[in-house]
Amino acid sequence: MPDSLNPTAAPVTPAPVTPAIGQPVRFRGGGFTVKRHPWAALAAFALLIAVWEGASRLGLASPLFLPPPSAVGRALAGMVSDGSLWLNLKASLARIAVGWVLGTLGGMLVGFAMGIFSTARAVGVPLVSAFFPIPKIALLPLFILWFGIGEPSKFATIGFGVFFPTVIATYSAIDQVPRNLIRMAQSFGLPWRSILRSIVLPGALPGILAGFRITASIALILVVAAEMIGAEYGIGAFVLMAGNLMQTDTLLAGVLVLSLLGLAIGTVLSQLERRLLNWR
Amino acid sequence: MRLLVSDLTHRYDDLTVLDGIDLTLAEGEILAVIGPSGCGKSTLLGIAGGIVAPTSGSVRVEGEVPDGCLNPITFIFQDFALLPWRNVEDNVALVLEHHPLSSAERQERIDSGLRRMGLWEFRKALPKQLSGGMRQRVGIARALAVRPAMLLLDEPLSALDAQTRELLMDDFLELWRREKTTALYVTHNLDEALRLADRVCVLSRRPGRIRELVTIEEPRERRQEPSAQAHLAEVRDRLWHLMKAEAQMADREIARA
Repeated sequence: MPDSLNPTAAPVTPAPVTPAIGQPVRFRGGGFTVKRHPWAALAAFALLIAVWEGASRLGLASPLFLPPPSAVGRALAGMVSDGSLWLNLKASLARIAVGWVLGTLGGMLVGFAMGIFSTARAVGVPLVSAFFPIPKIALLPLFILWFGIGEPSKFATIGFGVFFPTVIATYSAIDQVPRNLIRMAQSFGLPWRSILRSIVLPGALPGILAGFRITASIALILVVAAEMIGAEYGIGAFVLMAGNLMQTDTLLAGVLVLSLLGLAIGTVLSQLERRLLNWR
Repeated sequence: MRLLVSDLTHRYDDLTVLDGIDLTLAEGEILAVIGPSGCGKSTLLGIAGGIVAPTSGSVRVEGEVPDGCLNPITFIFQDFALLPWRNVEDNVALVLEHHPLSSAERQERIDSGLRRMGLWEFRKALPKQLSGGMRQRVGIARALAVRPAMLLLDEPLSALDAQTRELLMDDFLELWRREKTTALYVTHNLDEALRLADRVCVLSRRPGRIRELVTIEEPRERRQEPSAQAHLAEVRDRLWHLMKAEAQMADREIARA
């Protein structure tokens, strides 16, 4: 018989309940998250410029070898006022545009073929693997022999440099297109062209656009290198000339223009991605 | 439309996944295919739908294609297979784009599918903005747009939570009540098979062979009623017994390999 039902059993005293100690639970979930600090980058730039300017003014850095930012700014303003900025920028932009467009179109065409047709891939992969590691600027002398010292040799260098990464980005992007989407389209009887247009192309677009970012940087590097080797105008030629004349403020102004140009290209590509890939 | 599967065998290199499958799917019938993982259920469906070429054997269809049917054998996929860059309406429109339809008829097919699946308000939404259940409803609306004669469903509810599964099972029942579409329904869930199918085909462990074909006598519309539960429990026990034995043997074989 349980004690509760036995009148002769001694009453059971309940054990005292220890009150809970009011200790808060320690938070352990901080860190490892990305927070936006929009002013941090501006502050870092401002600090860098201030330190650089201060070091120059205090004589810690020779203005001949490292002119202060104010001098670089004045040189840039001079470039704007005498028209040399636009003259050189125009020449570089034209070379980048033509070379990049040629290399990109060719690369996408070949990349698509390699992504879609097994035979094209079997032929293309070893060729791309063999040519891709060649530093493209090393071919400029050959292109000069073939096409002359003028613009075509520079277009060819940039185009060639852009071509191979575009091929790789394009066929890799096609590989990344989910096969279940292609099977779905086939199961609904979509023709080959429709599958290509409606599924493969949009599905490969993120990878192709990521490739654009890389090839734009390559084009910028190659245009500067090509202009340093043989050009009258262009930011590369301008920077080289300034260096030869020991005009380090003008040289750094040219470098600043290149940096801004890279930033502008990156911004355009980001906008393009935002517009075309808003579904992600 | 009837589906006739004869002496079907399929191998991936040296691995035989299906072996000597003979199966007939009658017009308007819903046949559930169950079996342990890797027994070739999805491969059987892929072969039946013409997207996997069998190693040997044949799959044939017989019967009239109904009026307005644009894709007699139509899949509904486990992973929904929606194009993430297209909105709901355009995902449904995709499967009509290559058919010579007037724009009014095309729109009517899209709209009726979306309305039936309760997606009209979400027609401009991207797949990423939808829940799993709604995404599968888009997959069903897409299938309905081509007015199929036969549906091949590859574990259509397995990626969804229990609540959504129940709701979608009701949708399927309503669909079959209205359309009487023949269906081959691959699942690993006995409850789905018992709720939806006329017959259940139990496949053995790999290589998949037909272990047993079990008929569910209780009419579909009465299976939720208390009076049906005894029979369904009996069928369930039998199916589970068959499945369990195969799954255990498959596990042992994997452990030995």
